[in-house]
Amino acid sequence: MRAYEDWVIEAETKGIKLSEVILQDQIQELEQTEQGLFQRMSANLMVMRESVEAGLIGKRRSLSGLVGGDAAKVEDRRKKGTSLVGDQISGAIAKALAVAEVNACMGKIVAAPTAGSCGVLPAVLFTVEETCKVSEHDLILALFTAAGLGMILTERASVSGAEGGCQAEIGSAAAMAAAAAVELAGGSPRQAADAAAIAMKSMLGLVCDPVGGLVEIPCVKRNATGAAIALAAAEMALSGVKSAIPIDEVIDTMGQIGKQMPCALKETAQGGLAVTPTGRRIQADFL
Amino acid sequence: MGKSNVFDLLGPIMVGPSSSHTAGAVRLGGMARKILGDEPVEGTIFLHGSFAKTGKGHGTDLALLAGLLGLLPDDERIPDARKLAKERGLSVKYEIADLGEVHPNTVKFDLVGRSGGQVQVVGSSVGGGTIVIHKINDFQVEIRGDYPTLVILHQDLPGLVAQVTLLLATAQINIASMRVSREKRGAQALMILETDQAINDAVLDLMRKLPKIEQVMAIEPL
Repeated sequence: MRAYEDWVIEAETKGIKLSEVILQDQIQELEQTEQGLFQRMSANLMVMRESVEAGLIGKRRSLSGLVGGDAAKVEDRRKKGTSLVGDQISGAIAKALAVAEVNACMGKIVAAPTAGSCGVLPAVLFTVEETCKVSEHDLILALFTAAGLGMILTERASVSGAEGGCQAEIGSAAAMAAAAAVELAGGSPRQAADAAAIAMKSMLGLVCDPVGGLVEIPCVKRNATGAAIALAAAEMALSGVKSAIPIDEVIDTMGQIGKQMPCALKETAQGGLAVTPTGRRIQADFL
Repeated sequence: MGKSNVFDLLGPIMVGPSSSHTAGAVRLGGMARKILGDEPVEGTIFLHGSFAKTGKGHGTDLALLAGLLGLLPDDERIPDARKLAKERGLSVKYEIADLGEVHPNTVKFDLVGRSGGQVQVVGSSVGGGTIVIHKINDFQVEIRGDYPTLVILHQDLPGLVAQVTLLLATAQINIASMRVSREKRGAQALMILETDQAINDAVLDLMRKLPKIEQVMAIEPL
């Protein structure tokens, strides 16, 4: 079984970025050229950017009518300069809501790693882009860092809510985003792994309990809080804070917790928020 | 789980909200269209399990219809599939059905094409946008839409398989996988071949001229 640690050590030994190690791995694995892989990944980045923009001005409502317009509210407050948490965090919250709303409203997104968690990574990446001086090239590379961690998450645990609960979806997205953010902000491969571990640890145990089984409540808002956790984890790691438990062990435990989690709390809409009186009422009203 | 790649984790690019209930549903509709091999004009869509229960909120009905119209999972016209179907003269009705011991995200299409051809297709969306077609008319199949696929209905006869594979070999078409089954000895049989290269019309024509071949369907990958 592969370990993220192996890639971290390889990057450290060669003095290159984590993304470059993962890119080389994929060139061999997929038997494609570097340019080909880069182009394909750049298409993902483009759709991510469009989905943020579409969501921030979005007035669309989801099929149930329960989701839509919240990203614009947060963005408006940020633009007024009255944000409680500052430009970066409020911007990330707005962007994550934006993409998740676009998804709920049948707009175009990139699953990252899933459709339900599609807002976290673009929100974090574009927030770092606004804060640090990064090129388009760096952003695309950072997607390889994120995807590489995702591969390890899939192989050692799961990125599916039905298998591992929300920790496997938003949790994985937050860990992937934290690692990518550290690389973009100029941190080391080790710091990227620490950030991923810290983010994942903060999401352990989170259940998947969508009201009516729809990718709306609480999924859209969990994208926003997932992005904020990813940035907090990246900030800690960049400051030199280490994760006591290494990333691969954190991933393994996420997988274990997913297995221990009852089925009612894994995307079946038979537990958690889905069966609250309000959750049941919403389901009855809509379905 | 086995080895994954970066594009399993970032992607697909798709219209939301769900890879299984929306993106996978579009692909199921698309496969049914390809199996019909014609522009569908009339159809019944039988929704099973989770497709029936949570399909409405995931736009599964729209996604299946969009697939029947030939749209891909990233087409932003998916939410407008009903309007598009009307413009193109496709009328469908939806029914909730119990399709038995199948995956929760399963659908059955009963389709009529423009030139009068009919087909029944059963398929499931099995996660992350991947699909499996289980049944075409009365035949159990397993088609995932990753490769060009040949479905050949024929009489169970010695040497027929060899004749089909010889035609492919002559055309430099490599076989990726092959499954042969039959009702009973000497009766109707089914051959399913996945190939690495596309199968051109000239090869298909030659195949259709082989003795005891009843039907040849070529399904492009999706």
